[in-house]
Amino acid sequence: MAEGGLLSLLMGGITGGGIRVVDLTMTLQPDVPTIVMPPEFGQSWPFRMEEISKYDHRGPFCYWNNLSCGEHTGTHFDAPIHWVSGKDLPENATDTIPVEKFLAHACVIDCSAQAEADADFLLTQDMIEAWEAEHGQIPARSWLLMRTDWSLKRDGVAYMNMDQEGAHTPGPHEDLIPWLIEERDVIGFGCEAVGTDAGQAGHFNVPYPCHYHMHGNNRFGLPALTNLDALPPQGAVLITPPLKIRQGSGSPARVLALVEGEVED
Amino acid sequence: MSRMGYDGIAVCVPVTVPYSRYSLRSAHWFCGRALADLIAGAGVAKADVDGFCISSFTLAPDSAVGLTQHLGVSPRWLDHIPMGGASGAVALRRAARAVQCGDADIVACIAGDTNHVDSFRNTIASFSQFANDAVYPYGSGGPNASFAFLTDHYMREFGAAREDFGKLCVAQRDNALSTPHAMMKRPLSLDDYLNARPIADPLRLFDCVMPCAGAEAFLVMSDDRAKSLGLPHATILSTIERHNAYPDDPIQIRAGWAMDVDGFYDHAGVGPQDIDFVQAYDDYPVICFMQIEDLGFCPKGEAAAFVREHDLTTAGDFPFNTSGGQLSVGQAGAAGGSLGLVESIRQLTDQCLGKAVDGAHVGLASCFGMINYDRGLCTSAAILGRSTR
Amino acid sequence: MTTPLPPPRKKDPVARTRAPTQPPGNRSREAQGLTAMAAVGRFALQCCADCGQVQYPPRQICGQCLGDDLPWRDVDTSGTLLAETKLHHANDLFFRDRVPWRLGVVGMDAGPSVVAHLAEDCRQGDRVNLSLNLDRSGHAVMNARPETPGPNQEDDMQLRELSMDPKGRRVLIVNGKTALGLALARSFKAAGSREIFVGQAEPWKAAPAFEAIKALDGVTTFPLDVTDTDSVGELASVLGGKVEILVNNSYHLRPGGAVDRMDMNVSREEMDIHYFGLLRLAGTFGAAMRGRGADGAHGACAWVNVLSAYAQVNNPAFGTYSASQAAARSLAQCLRAEMAPGGIRVVNAYVGPLDDEWHQMVPPPKLGPDTVAARVIRALQQGHEDLAIGAVAEEIAERLAENPKEIEREIKL
Repeated sequence: MAEGGLLSLLMGGITGGGIRVVDLTMTLQPDVPTIVMPPEFGQSWPFRMEEISKYDHRGPFCYWNNLSCGEHTGTHFDAPIHWVSGKDLPENATDTIPVEKFLAHACVIDCSAQAEADADFLLTQDMIEAWEAEHGQIPARSWLLMRTDWSLKRDGVAYMNMDQEGAHTPGPHEDLIPWLIEERDVIGFGCEAVGTDAGQAGHFNVPYPCHYHMHGNNRFGLPALTNLDALPPQGAVLITPPLKIRQGSGSPARVLALVEGEVED
Repeated sequence: MSRMGYDGIAVCVPVTVPYSRYSLRSAHWFCGRALADLIAGAGVAKADVDGFCISSFTLAPDSAVGLTQHLGVSPRWLDHIPMGGASGAVALRRAARAVQCGDADIVACIAGDTNHVDSFRNTIASFSQFANDAVYPYGSGGPNASFAFLTDHYMREFGAAREDFGKLCVAQRDNALSTPHAMMKRPLSLDDYLNARPIADPLRLFDCVMPCAGAEAFLVMSDDRAKSLGLPHATILSTIERHNAYPDDPIQIRAGWAMDVDGFYDHAGVGPQDIDFVQAYDDYPVICFMQIEDLGFCPKGEAAAFVREHDLTTAGDFPFNTSGGQLSVGQAGAAGGSLGLVESIRQLTDQCLGKAVDGAHVGLASCFGMINYDRGLCTSAAILGRSTR
Repeated sequence: MTTPLPPPRKKDPVARTRAPTQPPGNRSREAQGLTAMAAVGRFALQCCADCGQVQYPPRQICGQCLGDDLPWRDVDTSGTLLAETKLHHANDLFFRDRVPWRLGVVGMDAGPSVVAHLAEDCRQGDRVNLSLNLDRSGHAVMNARPETPGPNQEDDMQLRELSMDPKGRRVLIVNGKTALGLALARSFKAAGSREIFVGQAEPWKAAPAFEAIKALDGVTTFPLDVTDTDSVGELASVLGGKVEILVNNSYHLRPGGAVDRMDMNVSREEMDIHYFGLLRLAGTFGAAMRGRGADGAHGACAWVNVLSAYAQVNNPAFGTYSASQAAARSLAQCLRAEMAPGGIRVVNAYVGPLDDEWHQMVPPPKLGPDTVAARVIRALQQGHEDLAIGAVAEEIAERLAENPKEIEREIKL
C-alpha cells in the first residue's frame, strides 16, 4: 500500500481521528422479536443460542455456541430475492449481489418527533423534499435511513406495538418508494423498526410497498437499525455485507457507519 | 389311622449359645458353637451326629446345606426349617420320627441367628412377597406394627387391658432375673411397663422383644442311646403343627393350636390341668394370651382374666416362660422358636440355669412364627415329660 | 376431625432442608398391577375368573380355587377398620422422618383384609373407604378414610405425603397465553395454591387469556419461552427453589402429516416446544424441585405434563404434532424416573382435542379448558399419575389396551 494512498488516508482517519465508526447493529439475543406473520403461515425462527462448551467437560479449552435464527432476524439485510417481485432479478441473493453494493452512502432523515407523536407515522415525499432543501439532494445509490428512535424501545411489547389490527410502527408511505427509486435511485431503505415497511403496511393498496417496490427493482432493505441518531443527515458511509448464504434472501448483518468528524462524547 | 407315639425317643442336651445384642459373628458361628456344645455335652464325636435340623434367617444366602461344609459334617439326614418362631417343635417332631424310623441316630436340632447392626432391618425389609408388597411399605414397622394391630384388636374385642399384658411381662422378667444369659437383667415394675416409651400404639417398649444374636439347640436320639451315654433326657408325649389356620378370620384372634388342641392332649394322654409349666412363644404378650386360650387353659377371650387370677412366675400356680421368655431373654432370630423347648428340657431334666419349677413332670412348649402378611402362619407345640427310665 | 393444615411459612434460613427419602419401593411384578390401577385412579383388585374370589395381596394363583386367571376388576372400596396403630418407631428412613404414622387393618366388604395408611379421624370399628394411591416411591398403597368425610380431611398430613395437593403450594404454569393456562390458574387458585407463577412467551403477541390471568389475585407473571434455553434457565434461577408444582401446558398444534405436509419448520417448532421445551424445563427446574421433595408439608411434589392423547398413538391428521407429543411422553417417562429419588411425581394428563381454534375442523366432542384443569387438580389431590381427560382420550386409552393395531388403522378421532 503506497504511503498517502486512498486507503491509508481512510485508515489514518479511522485510527488517528477524523472518521468515526458507528455500530448500527442491535445485539442478537433470544428476546429480539422477529416479524410476526399470521399463525397459519410459516414463521421465522427467533434467535436461539445453545452452548457447545464453556471450558468444561464438553470442551475444556473453549467457549462456543450453536446458533439458529431466521435470515431476517435482528439488524439484517434484505436481498431482492426475499420478495416475489424480485425473485427473477439477476444478482438478487446474498451470494450473488456484487460486493461493492455493500458499501454505500447514507442519508438520514429524522422522523423521531413524528414517530413519537404517531406510531403509524408514514414518511412522505414532501418531507424528503423539505429535507433535501436543507441538506441537499439524496445522491444516487445512497441508502435512505429513516430515524425514528424506535430502537430505543428495548421492551419487545413496545417495540412491536401490536394490537388486533396488527403492528403499529412507522415506515415509508406507499407512494414514496417508487419516487425514491425512480427519482433518487436509492440503493435501499433502512429503518429502526422490525421491518422496512410500516406496521400497518399489510393493509396498503400494494401490501408491503417498500418490500414490493424496492426488491422488485433490485434494491435492498436494512431494518432494525440502531444509533441512527449518531449519524449526520448526509455524508456517512454504510458497510452492510450480509453472510454469503447460497441463495440467501437476507441475513443478520453487523452494520457499521463511517462518519467524518470528531468523536462526540 | 391313629397317630404313632414317640416311644423310645429321648430329647436331651439343652444348649444355649449366650445371647448378645449385636454380634460381628455370623449365623454359621452361632450354629457351629451350638454343635460344639452339643457334642461336648453328649460326649459324642462330631461324626456321631448324623442328622441335622437347622433353622436360621441370617444364614442366607446359605442354608443347612452350606452349613454342612462350613462345619465339616456329613449327615445322612438333613432338614432346614424356614419357620422362624415355629421351628422348635417342628424340628423336634421331624427329628423324632427320623430317629424312630432309623433314618438317623442322633439329630442335632439347632436354631440360631446373628444380629448385625442392620440384620433386623434387612430381614424385615424383605421378609416375604406379601410383606414386601402389602405391609412393609406401610410405615416399615415390621413385627411391631403387625402385633400392634393384633393387640389393638384383641384388647377391644375381649376387653384385655394393658395392665393384663403388663402382669405377664412383669412375671416373665421376674423369672428372667435368675437366668444367667437373659439380656434383661433389671427388675421390671408394672409402672415401668405401663409408662415405657411408645413404639406402636398400643405397644410400648416392654411389649416388644429385643432382637439379638444367639442360638438354642438340643439333641434327639433313642432313649437307649441317651441312657448309654448317661444323658438325662425328656420324653415326647405329643406334638402338633399347623400352617395358615383360619384363613377366613378377618384378623387374627386365634391360631393353629386351636384347630389341633384336642388331638394334642389326647395323643399325650394328659389335659391342660396336668401341665406343670408352659413355655409359650412370646415375641409380644398378645400372642401369649392367644396360646393360653388356644391351648385350652381358658376359653377364647378370657386370657386376661386367667392371667389376673394366676401367678405366672416360676414359683407360681401357672409357671409361664420360666427362663423369662424372649421378652426378657431376647429374641435371637429363629432361636426364639426353640427357647421354650430348650427351657422345657432343662426343667424336665433338672438342668435349670435359673429357678426350677417344683416337681415338674409334664411341660408344654409352644411355638409361633412367620407373619407372612397380616398374621402369624405357623404354629407348633410339644408336650414333654420327665423320663422315668 | 382432621387437624387443619398449618399455613406455609417462610423458609428458616438456618434450618437444613430435609433430604428426600422414599418409602420402601420393593414390589413384586404382581403388585405392580396395583400401581397400574392407582396410576389411573382405579380401585381394582385381582378377582378370580373361575371362582370370583377377590385376592389381596396380589398373586398369580387364586388362594381359593388355584385358578390362574386373575383379572383386575374394580371392587367395592368400603370396609370396617378392624385394628389401628400409631407407629412411633420405624425402620425405614422415610417413615423415621415422619413418625408418628397411623396404620390400620381394614376388613374389606369385598373379602380381603388389608393393611392401609390411616386417616387421622378413623377409629377401630369405623366404616371406612379405601383408595389406592401412589406413594412417594411411585408405588400403589392403600389408604383408609372415614366413610363420611370429616372437616379438613384433605389436610391429613399422611395423606399429603401421598398426594400432591396444591393447597398451600406454589405452582408454575408454563404457558399463560392459552385458555387452558387461564383455566389452570383459576383452578389452582380455587384449590388453595399459595402462589401461582405464570409464564409468558413472545410478550409482543397479545393473548386475552394472559390479560385475564394478570388480573387474578395471587398470580405473578414471568417471561418464559420454552424454546429459549436462556429464558428457561433465567426463570429457574429465580423460581427453581420455590416451585412446588410445575405444570407444563406448552402447546403448539398445526395440522398435517409427513407426506402431504412436509414442513421441517413446523415440525421443528412442534419438537422445540413439546420435546425440547420439556427438556429445557427438566434440565433447569428438575434438580431444584427434586432437592425440595421432602421440604415439609408444602415441599415440592409434582410435575404435570399436559400431553395430547395422540402421544400414545399417532393421529395422521396431526401427524407431526402427534410424533412430537410422543417424544415428550417418552421424555416424561425419563423425567419420572429421574425425579423419583426426590419423591417428585410426574403426572401425565392426556387430553383429547381441545375446543380451540386449531381444532376448528375437528368434530366434537371437544374439551373445554375448565374440564382439563379440574381433572388435573383432582389427579394431584388424589395422587393419580396418568389421566385420560375427555371422551376421546378415554376411548384411545381403552382401545390401546384392547388392540393397538385396531386404533392404529382406524383412529378417526
